[in-house]
Amino acid sequence: MRRIGIDVGGTNTDAVLIEEGKVVRAVKAPTSEDVTGGILDALARLGQSGVLRTRRIDGVMIGTTHFVNAVVQRRSLTPVAALRLAMPASASLPPFCDWPDDLAGIVRGGVWMVEGGHEYDGRPFMPLDTVAVQRAAREMKARGLRAVAISASFSPLDSSHEKQAAEIVARELPGAAITCSSDLGRIGLLERENAGLLNAALADLARDTIAAFEKAIADSGIEAPLFITQNDGTVVEAAQAGRLPVYSFASGATNSMRGGAYLSGLQDAMVVDVGGTTTDVGQLKNGFPREANSVVKVGGVRTLFRMPDLMSIGLGGGSHVSLEPLQVGPLSVGYRLLKEGIAFGGKQLTTTDIAVAAGKLALGDRAKVAHLDAATCARVFAEARRMVEETVDRMKTEAGDVPLVAVGGGAFLVPDKLDGVARVVRVQHGDCANAVGAAIAQVSGECDQIFRDLARVEAIARAKEIAADRAAAAGADRSTLSTIETEDMPLAYLPGNSLRVRVRVVGDVAAA
Amino acid sequence: MALRDITADDIESLAVGAWVLGTGGGGSPYLGLLNMRQLYRDGYRVRLMPASDLADDDWVAAVSNMGAPLVGQERLTDSKTIARAVALMEEHTGYRFRGIMALEIGGGNGIQPLMAAAHLDRPVIDADMMGRAYPEAQMTSVAVGDLQPWPLTTVDVRGLESIVEKVPTWKWMERVSRKICVEYGSIASTCKAPRTGAEVKKWGIHGTTTKAIAIGHAVREAQRKHEDPIAAILSVEPGKVLYSGKVVDVERRATEGFLRGRTRFEGMDDWRGSVMELAFQNEWIVAWRDGEPIATSPELICVVDSVSGEAVGTETIRYGQRVTVIALPPPEVFLSDKGLQHVGPRAFGYDIDFKSVFA
Repeated sequence: MRRIGIDVGGTNTDAVLIEEGKVVRAVKAPTSEDVTGGILDALARLGQSGVLRTRRIDGVMIGTTHFVNAVVQRRSLTPVAALRLAMPASASLPPFCDWPDDLAGIVRGGVWMVEGGHEYDGRPFMPLDTVAVQRAAREMKARGLRAVAISASFSPLDSSHEKQAAEIVARELPGAAITCSSDLGRIGLLERENAGLLNAALADLARDTIAAFEKAIADSGIEAPLFITQNDGTVVEAAQAGRLPVYSFASGATNSMRGGAYLSGLQDAMVVDVGGTTTDVGQLKNGFPREANSVVKVGGVRTLFRMPDLMSIGLGGGSHVSLEPLQVGPLSVGYRLLKEGIAFGGKQLTTTDIAVAAGKLALGDRAKVAHLDAATCARVFAEARRMVEETVDRMKTEAGDVPLVAVGGGAFLVPDKLDGVARVVRVQHGDCANAVGAAIAQVSGECDQIFRDLARVEAIARAKEIAADRAAAAGADRSTLSTIETEDMPLAYLPGNSLRVRVRVVGDVAAA
Repeated sequence: MALRDITADDIESLAVGAWVLGTGGGGSPYLGLLNMRQLYRDGYRVRLMPASDLADDDWVAAVSNMGAPLVGQERLTDSKTIARAVALMEEHTGYRFRGIMALEIGGGNGIQPLMAAAHLDRPVIDADMMGRAYPEAQMTSVAVGDLQPWPLTTVDVRGLESIVEKVPTWKWMERVSRKICVEYGSIASTCKAPRTGAEVKKWGIHGTTTKAIAIGHAVREAQRKHEDPIAAILSVEPGKVLYSGKVVDVERRATEGFLRGRTRFEGMDDWRGSVMELAFQNEWIVAWRDGEPIATSPELICVVDSVSGEAVGTETIRYGQRVTVIALPPPEVFLSDKGLQHVGPRAFGYDIDFKSVFA
């Protein structure tokens, strides 16, 4: 197996080549405005020795913060038609009602609310008003809208109204990008609908970005399928990722965690990723990040869908340091470190300057930071230690010491001994852990549906088959599939013996 | 005394303060807050009237949304439904309500009367019947006072309207109205038995909307100034810090329509080495410190985030959260023998004598 993992970050584009599970080569290039340039640059550096031409590449896996940055920076967003199937309920709180005004002003293309949706026990809340859906679709067309987000009450339990409405809209608006909230979220209409609206708003950007990725890879002379990494540490084929860009929102952090764990050989560990501005702390269980089960705000919008549980603090290699009184972060010089840090001739004292003065890093000019004595350095490191310890402790789900993997360019801020930590593990290529995490990502398949008149055991077995077929169709090697999640819930009010079953399987990408 | 305008900023504070007084339950006030923001944007305004200003023969509506918080997350509370429950009660009884009060000030129901008041153009009466949140209909000051439990109106947004005409006891009211609510899809807007001005003055728990606004205002000011929110709460309420620590275990189970369970904490700062356990039935009911029961219902056990001062609910509390546990004094009416029968520790199945932390 030979795979390329690429992480397109806000500052750097990292790329690694992995062969039979070993990192053969790892490079960094600055991220370019158009994304493509940075990838071309990184791939050129990766292929300098000719390694990419000698043998076939089985897959290129890209992780990117591009989509979440678009939401945060309010750029490249498409106006969205919101179609909610829940009337007459929830009418006083229409779609977009809790969005920040600036973002709503860009994304809100129109709001339509019609009768439909379900109850908590699976009964229909109201029959779906298909005539009103058709009328809404025609109005969307008249307004020139091409991105549609459909939501219905309790659609995670029964998505049939959303799917039916999507068919009607697709007939009236051929070529429209349609997002159903049931494809994304959990219970919580407003938060699930918000995730759907954000997803629809990214439709054009996702399509263009994926096309740019494909072009960059082709232009680099690489013939291999393109996969995009997801929040949960798995990958999907590029076309599917283009339909559900919100599932890539937190993939950068997830990839760092999985890459760090992979390089250390650990399956269960805390991972601390220290970047230039922030430190992300997360926890891996069985090699996958623990999921957040509470509301996550993205660009000021409350959402609830599959995201890793992360805690970020303002501590990084570029963090401002003030000594009297002592404060580290949250301000940071970020990517301007090599200009503004004192060791590099700048004026801002940063954590990197402290590490250079203490002899922990061989960067810049040590003479420029010679005035920082050992006691001062020790105070700053002690503060960084306190910040990391507290965050690690807050992220734990149970008491007891855990192993911790420190990755990222600012990992020098994590000391070798921490309270509540069994041991601190550092790994080779830790500064490219995110690209490694992308390269090793697996393919998943999910089944989430209602089975009628089947015994529980049979229904779960059937769901596993469906999930396995979907994983295989998405490019997984069947012989490597394993089930990572099963959940079942009886639906008392539905006719027959109804059981809702959710199963997720993962496996390695099949060799090309 | 004159009616006082409730400002948009007061409502932001009310949402924070009502959540604290929810003592872990009552549902998040977030969706109620969104409704009120929308109504104020549309030009509606609400005024607050002290209970003491009521004439003895005035009629007052007491409102709440009942049902499962989970359903409330999918069928979002609509300001018009609660107003309809009140209007239906007026149609049924022929009374004209002088004002509208909350059944429970704690949690989302602390905001419901404001929505009805906005649509019906009546003042909100500054009083409720719990002074906090409780899970059942007989856990109110008016039930302790053996006031008449009927009639009750229940409304669903689809035009389903039911009236419980007569029941012999508050427990029967709980059972019958719960059945209707479940049939509606486990959420309903209700107007409880109408109360006279004299009854509200005698049995209502006065000043609780003002109290919730004051608590919320103190927390929000402390957040803005980066000051200690716990000290801010204690500056407006004669409460007592019971504990400060970190959540180390949460055990939940859904039984008979309630969320029951226990949460364990490990002490920090002044409480290092000391262990706290809280039992809940929707709300926090009993607190044990190092094995000793130190606080129970009816005293308010409030768990708040040590940094933000925002309340932490029994549904969402999770490992690792840094919290402070505060006790606030309960309404007098619950401290009588009769009051303790309704809401003391034994009413929740704990064989513990009530002993005040303020004694």
